[in-house]
Amino acid sequence: MAFEKYDFTPLTQAIHKALIENVSPLLTLIIEWTIIGVLFLLFIAVFGLLLVYVERKVCAAFQQRLGPMRVGPWGLLQTIADFVKLLMKELITPKSVDKFLYNLAPFIVIIVPFLTISVIPFAPGLQALDFDIGIFFVTAVSSVGVIGVLLAGWASNNKYSLIGGMRSGAQIVSYELSVGMSLITMVILAGTMQISEIVEMQRGGWFLFKGHIPAVIAFFIFVIAGTAETNRGPFDLAEAESELTAGFHTEYSGIKFAFFFLAEYINLFIVSAMATIVFLGGWMPFHFGDWAGFNNVMDFIPGLIWFFMKVFGIIFLIMWFKWTFPRLRIDQILTLEWKYLLPINLFNILLMATMVLLGWHW
Amino acid sequence: MAEIIEKLITTDEIKTDEYLVNMGPQHPSTHGVLRLLVKLEGEIVHNVEPHIGYIHSGIEKMSEALSYPQIIHLTDRMDYLSAHMNNEAVCLCIEDALQVQVPERVKYIRTIIDELQRLASHQLWWCASGMDLGALTAFFYGLRDREDILDIFEETCGARLTLNYSVPGGVMFDIHPNFQAKVKAFIKKFRKILPEYDKLLTGNIIFQNRTKGVGILSKEDAIAYGVTGPTGRASGFSCDVRKHHPYSAYPYIKFDEKVGTDGDCFMRWKLRMDEMRESLNIIEQLIDNIPEGDYALKMKGVIKLPEGEFYQRVETARGEFGVYIVSDGKKNPYRVKYRSPGFSNLFAINHIAKKWKIADLVAIMATFDLVIPDIDR
Repeated sequence: MAFEKYDFTPLTQAIHKALIENVSPLLTLIIEWTIIGVLFLLFIAVFGLLLVYVERKVCAAFQQRLGPMRVGPWGLLQTIADFVKLLMKELITPKSVDKFLYNLAPFIVIIVPFLTISVIPFAPGLQALDFDIGIFFVTAVSSVGVIGVLLAGWASNNKYSLIGGMRSGAQIVSYELSVGMSLITMVILAGTMQISEIVEMQRGGWFLFKGHIPAVIAFFIFVIAGTAETNRGPFDLAEAESELTAGFHTEYSGIKFAFFFLAEYINLFIVSAMATIVFLGGWMPFHFGDWAGFNNVMDFIPGLIWFFMKVFGIIFLIMWFKWTFPRLRIDQILTLEWKYLLPINLFNILLMATMVLLGWHW
Repeated sequence: MAEIIEKLITTDEIKTDEYLVNMGPQHPSTHGVLRLLVKLEGEIVHNVEPHIGYIHSGIEKMSEALSYPQIIHLTDRMDYLSAHMNNEAVCLCIEDALQVQVPERVKYIRTIIDELQRLASHQLWWCASGMDLGALTAFFYGLRDREDILDIFEETCGARLTLNYSVPGGVMFDIHPNFQAKVKAFIKKFRKILPEYDKLLTGNIIFQNRTKGVGILSKEDAIAYGVTGPTGRASGFSCDVRKHHPYSAYPYIKFDEKVGTDGDCFMRWKLRMDEMRESLNIIEQLIDNIPEGDYALKMKGVIKLPEGEFYQRVETARGEFGVYIVSDGKKNPYRVKYRSPGFSNLFAINHIAKKWKIADLVAIMATFDLVIPDIDR
């Protein structure tokens, strides 16, 4: 196919080959790890800042404003300026905090996106880790983040932080179920947990279309639960500004606050990326039936661009939620999960399993 | 195991400790320097103790050293969103004491400005409570549309917030030649915007879940606490001063007093939305019929009230505002007392917020429409 020419595998193979021929295997491994680490570090920093900028602009559009316009053309440098400001700010540690846990929390929160991002295929051949339990790895690792949030709420020695931390603990633990189960529904359809294979299987059509009704239900549940898991509005109870000032990160300043802030946006990216990979075919171009001409044109767009187009589509959707809906209350948020999403999800898994068994999907 | 759990539940041993949280003086949802000492058990509110006095400015005491036209300017600073209604209350009280009849034109102008101010205040309330409930976009919609009213005010009297438009015997300036056209254009525009407000929040399922049945204030409690204005009327307490003790041009016009039944947050919300529509009706009835004539009476340079006690009440955007002046015949009042709606309304919160969650407390505060300088004076 035409888009195979955008495959990154030859490039990565060439780098690996060049290294292994010239230096020892151990050094090769170290160099490769370093390259990947630096790339992810760069990606998270740059993409996080970009997302903050996008959010500001999207939010401004919803609110009939312009958003940042002063620093750089269309305010493009605004988030960078803000980040520099945060870097230079004093790190205030309140008097009676649990110092070790207080300092540990932002790191736990920021580690999670680094781990999760490693299994995400950005384009053909552009995936750092590809192993047979990819989906499981994502669900397992992303639940570590809640520990950081809980620690931040607990160690800050602030009642607002504590309420925020406890709220988000209850919320994330609950919604993790829905996220996991909607992913399992799709794993049943795919028959594998290896992410590269899941993407490859959608060559003939995205799972959202392939999987009939259960896939659509799973997609909706995934987006709702994903929004809740990233602590974004209308599920932003953990930081509920009008109730808890800033919730679990009230007492953090400077770069530690930036860690929480950045982690939130990268988590938003990861949720959108997972939705893209599992439901919208990852980097696969959009194909429509037998329209060969149309499909060929679609193939000319590189996989990397397809991936980010889909991701930004979902990010926009999630931002749309945030800037339209009022916030739910803590009991309502748990009711939604335990009384509605979870039963629907369980039923959905059965439905999907039946469908796969009977071979009703395309 | 089952026995142990049962024992724990029945003997209250599983109960967590109550703890105190200071909401305010600096808190995003108190919209000013109000401090609520909230006793919580987990998320559940057990007691709310309002502590006021952080923005006390001694307006009543200051008024004793000022002449009558001067004290009007202080009333702006109490309920700054109902500035003109406060001004008007003092003016009406002074006019009543001096037994002068203001020209008809003045009555009409004052009433129109009253209702415009009520609209502006309710708009700000709408957007700010939207923000309290987490819908940040509402805030910008409300502020955007409020600008039109403020522009009309600016053209009329030069001020946008603290109008100082009313003076004893009339208003400070005549209305601008554009006034009628602009107000009519605004009404036309705003009638289209109101359904948009409803679409964004009132009809939203999350919003309705957050407000319906939350923080119910019964009619008896509303009367007992002296809760007036839209908040009181939502509980079924018919307390509209415009209807029961009409002043200015209110006797000449037909309008409905909106009275609710449920007394919950959603009713208070809906009632204010309905009131905005009613205000548009009132303005429409008046705007074309402003009689010709003087915009102010010629008053004496130094106003001295006869000895005695005078009381005047008006309906501000928040409820019943009363002015009580005791005069000893000098050019300064002997004592001034303001009955501000916010003060009475605030203390009903403790009664209705108990057993609700902390997020509901925010919703209750939002639908009470508190303006802190109005409470503290």
